[in-house]
Amino acid sequence: MKKTGKWVGEILFLAVCALYLFPIFIVFVNSFKNRAELYESMVALPKKFDFKYYIQAMTKMNFLKALSNSLIVTIISILIIVVLASMTAWMLVRVDNKISKVIFMVFVATMLIPFQTLMMPLMQVMGWARDTLHIPMLNTLGGLIYMNVGFGAGMAVFLYHGFVKSIPIALEEAATIDGCTKFGVFWRIVFPMLKPVTATVIILDVIWIWNDYLLPSMVISDKALRTIPLSTASFFGQFTIQWNMAMAGLMLTIIPVIIFYLCAQKYIIKGVAAGAVK
Amino acid sequence: MKKKANIAWYLLFVLPLVLIFTTVVIIPFIIGIGYSFFEWDGMRLNEKIFIGFDNFAKLLTDANFLTSAGKTILFTLFAIVAINILGLAFALIVTSKLKVRNVARTMLFMPYLIGGLILGYVWKFIFSDVFSSLGESTGITGVFFNWLLNSKFALVALIIVATWQMAGYIMIIYITGIQGIPEEVTEAAKVDGAGFWQTLLKIKFPLIMPSFTICLFLTVSNCFKIYDVNLALTAGGPARSTEMFAMNIYNEIFSLSNYGYGQAKAIVFFIVVAIITLIQVSITKKKEVVM
Repeated sequence: MKKTGKWVGEILFLAVCALYLFPIFIVFVNSFKNRAELYESMVALPKKFDFKYYIQAMTKMNFLKALSNSLIVTIISILIIVVLASMTAWMLVRVDNKISKVIFMVFVATMLIPFQTLMMPLMQVMGWARDTLHIPMLNTLGGLIYMNVGFGAGMAVFLYHGFVKSIPIALEEAATIDGCTKFGVFWRIVFPMLKPVTATVIILDVIWIWNDYLLPSMVISDKALRTIPLSTASFFGQFTIQWNMAMAGLMLTIIPVIIFYLCAQKYIIKGVAAGAVK
Repeated sequence: MKKKANIAWYLLFVLPLVLIFTTVVIIPFIIGIGYSFFEWDGMRLNEKIFIGFDNFAKLLTDANFLTSAGKTILFTLFAIVAINILGLAFALIVTSKLKVRNVARTMLFMPYLIGGLILGYVWKFIFSDVFSSLGESTGITGVFFNWLLNSKFALVALIIVATWQMAGYIMIIYITGIQGIPEEVTEAAKVDGAGFWQTLLKIKFPLIMPSFTICLFLTVSNCFKIYDVNLALTAGGPARSTEMFAMNIYNEIFSLSNYGYGQAKAIVFFIVVAIITLIQVSITKKKEVVM
């Protein structure tokens, strides 16, 4: 009796979880249906798996271009954030003076500022940089990466700072006596020890940068430079009525996320938990 | 000599990031405060007129803004309750001895990874087309109709989607808290004859107080700042009835070209976010149980 009850509980909870993902299932089944089939029933399984709409959506969204843009922006932004933030945080901890404290406080305090408070003046500053200094900050992937680094800096410095404080300084001193420069000490000894934080920073920033819409929508205007959220938004602006193709398009954008999730699930859940407990 | 070298190293390590950070965050923040005291339409050649605190005074009588602010508070209240209850319930089940717990955790967390914009479009299809088609085929038109065309139901839809997106994320944080409870404590409670609810309310909840702090903090600030889901799901409609604070700011600046006034709203937005966060942290920190 008790055993059956337990099994019922297990199956019931699994059913709840499946129901939770039902919206994704709806997108999945409707991405294969033609118009008539779609309007006949939106919850039924498709009669056959026709990938026609995927190919159409791929061309309409310029999907491969958007995918590569998203990859470039995400990878390079994170690379720069990890390198610069870890170096900065280490120095701020090891050189424990007033200036370091002030810099760290500013990094942390500005994490409170919502993007909406910065967006308009930021665009003014970047427009000025383009017109007066001739630095191409707007409508380039480089400019977007630069701004991502700026916005990701506070959080990354904060996470690294907390971890560096817990590392004993003795190893670094020994290496300095052996004639290592600061640069050598950091990259050979400190940085490898920061691995857990680096993993957390990477995970949190992937989730943020990959899905970010508002900042790229302001920086990028060129069609060829669109990232995945931008191309999805413009796709939906044009083809709202053609739902089957829209569903195929949504599946295309969800698939990379699912692949990433299944490959790095353990790190993602750990990283998200660690990042939140700040 | 050595001191000079140390300063050089310090600058080499710290300066690049500080420079980028200053140009992207600090300078825009400061000139943003400046813009909020001007009247300006965003055209560079047009004059910026200094009007002091007029933009802020105008906020208090702007019906559009006050409605948006009220709706945002309403949305945030309902969403934080729904997200935290669901997230905590999921966390309690997932940390039980169920065999399906790992699969369940994987499934429940997934929506969080898919971006707000994509989720918004997914649910837009469900609340508009799937719901109206279900209404036609089942005849239950009281529930199944196009929710996004009704201003009340559109707001409920927004709450549902935000909950769906964040509950799995909040669950992860509660799980960390629950797993941190030493087993001896719950065992001791059991031996002393505490039932399920007693253990939950008297033992587990006080011990996961730090998780409550973090979760409330995260949900309040995330819900208050909602934009992507709002844009994709309702785009503020019908008739600006679901236009949340963040979208109201965006529209004021970039659609209506009231750069100065919009920036004043953005500054108020910042102040509110900062106050909520600071109060939240200080209140809940006091309630934590020290082991």
